[in-house]
Amino acid sequence: MKAIYDRELRSHLYGMTGAITAAFLLLMTGIYTAVYCLRSGYPTFSVALSGNFILSASFVYVLVIPVLTMRSLAEEKHQKTDQLLYALPLPLWKIVTAKYLAAVTVLAVPCAVMCLYPLILGQFGAVNYAADYGSILAFFLLGAALCAIGLFISSLTESQVIAAVISLGLFLLLFFMPLFAPVIPDTAAASLVCFLVLAVLAAVIFYVMTKNAGVSVCVGVILMAAVVLVYVAKQDLFVNAVPSILGAAALFDRLSPFSSGLFDLTAVVFYVTCAVLFVWLTVQSMEKKRWM
Amino acid sequence: MIEVKNLIKRYGDFEAVRGVSFSVKEGVICGFLGPNGAGKSTTMNIIAGTLAATSGEVTVNGCDIYEDPIGAKSSIGYLPEQPPLYPDMTVEEYLAFVGGARGVEDVWKAVDRAMERTGLTDYAGRLIRNLSKGYRQRVGIAQAIIADPKIVILDEPTVGLDPRQIIEIRSLVRELGRDHTVILSSHILGEISEVCDEAVIIAHGEIVAQDTLENLTNRYEGKNIVDITARGDADTVRRIAASVEGIRDAEIEQKPMGLVRARLSADRDTDVRETLFFRFADARMPILSMSYEETTLEKVFLELTADKPAAQAEEGPSARDDSPEAAFAAQALENMRKAAESEAEESGTPDPADETPGEPETSGESGTGSGKKSRDKKSDDDYTPLFGG
Repeated sequence: MKAIYDRELRSHLYGMTGAITAAFLLLMTGIYTAVYCLRSGYPTFSVALSGNFILSASFVYVLVIPVLTMRSLAEEKHQKTDQLLYALPLPLWKIVTAKYLAAVTVLAVPCAVMCLYPLILGQFGAVNYAADYGSILAFFLLGAALCAIGLFISSLTESQVIAAVISLGLFLLLFFMPLFAPVIPDTAAASLVCFLVLAVLAAVIFYVMTKNAGVSVCVGVILMAAVVLVYVAKQDLFVNAVPSILGAAALFDRLSPFSSGLFDLTAVVFYVTCAVLFVWLTVQSMEKKRWM
Repeated sequence: MIEVKNLIKRYGDFEAVRGVSFSVKEGVICGFLGPNGAGKSTTMNIIAGTLAATSGEVTVNGCDIYEDPIGAKSSIGYLPEQPPLYPDMTVEEYLAFVGGARGVEDVWKAVDRAMERTGLTDYAGRLIRNLSKGYRQRVGIAQAIIADPKIVILDEPTVGLDPRQIIEIRSLVRELGRDHTVILSSHILGEISEVCDEAVIIAHGEIVAQDTLENLTNRYEGKNIVDITARGDADTVRRIAASVEGIRDAEIEQKPMGLVRARLSADRDTDVRETLFFRFADARMPILSMSYEETTLEKVFLELTADKPAAQAEEGPSARDDSPEAAFAAQALENMRKAAESEAEESGTPDPADETPGEPETSGESGTGSGKKSRDKKSDDDYTPLFGG
């Protein structure tokens, strides 16, 4: 497992991805720190990380994480080196985890450098170190969760460019989710329609994956029946359901409490869960490829 | 060492491997032979664990690949069809990576040894990106043997190499065979017959034969061939051929400048060369050259991998294969046989000695004209049935 981690880290460091990620993150964070904290005199470093929506360091993730993760599995497939990985006497989860940890390590470098910033700010006035380091941790975990998503997307395709573009699109969607969520109708009926469409979609995906029409129709019918049953039984569950689900999925928005000095444990748990989930999905996606 | 039972692999509706069963004993170099698309790579990928089978059992070194995949994989070194190399690494870095990932204890010692065995020592510090195809192939082989596995699986290791590199890789494989069980796939017969102890012949996803090479040749074709060029006329040669006991088929062709070329095939255990020499001498036809060859594996291969079911294919020489060359050769043979058959029917009598001079002449030309091309392409040996098929 260590060999894979080393190789992956090495490819990040010798290639451009590691350097781009670290440099761009540090550059933008440095600019925001200089503007918000040094010039405008905000005493909290976390403002630079997530305080000002698109004009904060968390938006940089949208741009750099796709670059960091696009290669890791797509390029293996492209070069057919995935054959080597599959043939290694190692369980697949170890291989994927090693690759994931390498990406997270690259991310940890700029985050470690950022730990100096509160100390610098401390030279000019009173700084709440706990809040600042808490938000750096949350910022790092957000990056780690995004890395897992990027890794998963990279496992779906053979082309790094496609992986990068899909990741970028998805991250943009996640970033701007707080803007979209209020626009979506929040009535129970609208949510019902939305869930029914999702049920049909699930059936279609099931059919694409299994090519079994009968079972797919059954899956679709069962899901739709379940949705309708729940709707009849407990209609108030459906009020505002879609916007709140979308709101919950707004990964970046969870960082905002940190900029006001709060340490939101649920966000930390959410990020870690998200990372574990997508690493697991990546393992499944790799495993699936063996069966095709 | 390797036991494969009833292996099936489906890609969607297409069944690439249909119930393949075979076994490979320890210390054997086993050739996996079949035309393109026969299911060789699929089978090897499944054994090596890079692909999952639809159904079937594979046991490697006592470990079932589903119950103990790690155990099975740790006794296999695998070189896929395309060597899995990272172009941005140097040879020794790459080998150290694979060694480390395979859990080799003294990685650098293993790297040195693998480089030495594959002749890469001078290339240790070169980026894989800058290596030629032959050397990349070597790195691929070095990667497969770095953990000193009991079994080495090489998928078409010589494809795309120049003749010199092919010879080098083959001798390397033979050397590997001394202390590893090697499975080698190829669609080139010469390679298998040169390097391997045993061959598994696979066609259309099914095993059509597994045996030692000698047995395969013996079993499927019991002929030897005498190729004679003499000065004289075709009719006399035809008469001589008919009079010698043991000759089963003859293919006779009048050449310019009063030469005759005859390819006479006899049963495997009869050597007709001396008899022929004296008969030709009696007929005062000087033999300018005489060569003797045994049935090639090529023929066996073509017969076994024919499009028709195996049993039917063994009857006739209408062998077909997926490669254009073989298809061409097979078509030529077919034409030749048809021409000869219709000729035999027309002439009524099967004894060539009594034939009028005109008819066999056309038979010879129509037959060998197309037959020659096929020989040039695939050095195939097939004959117009001399005695009426």
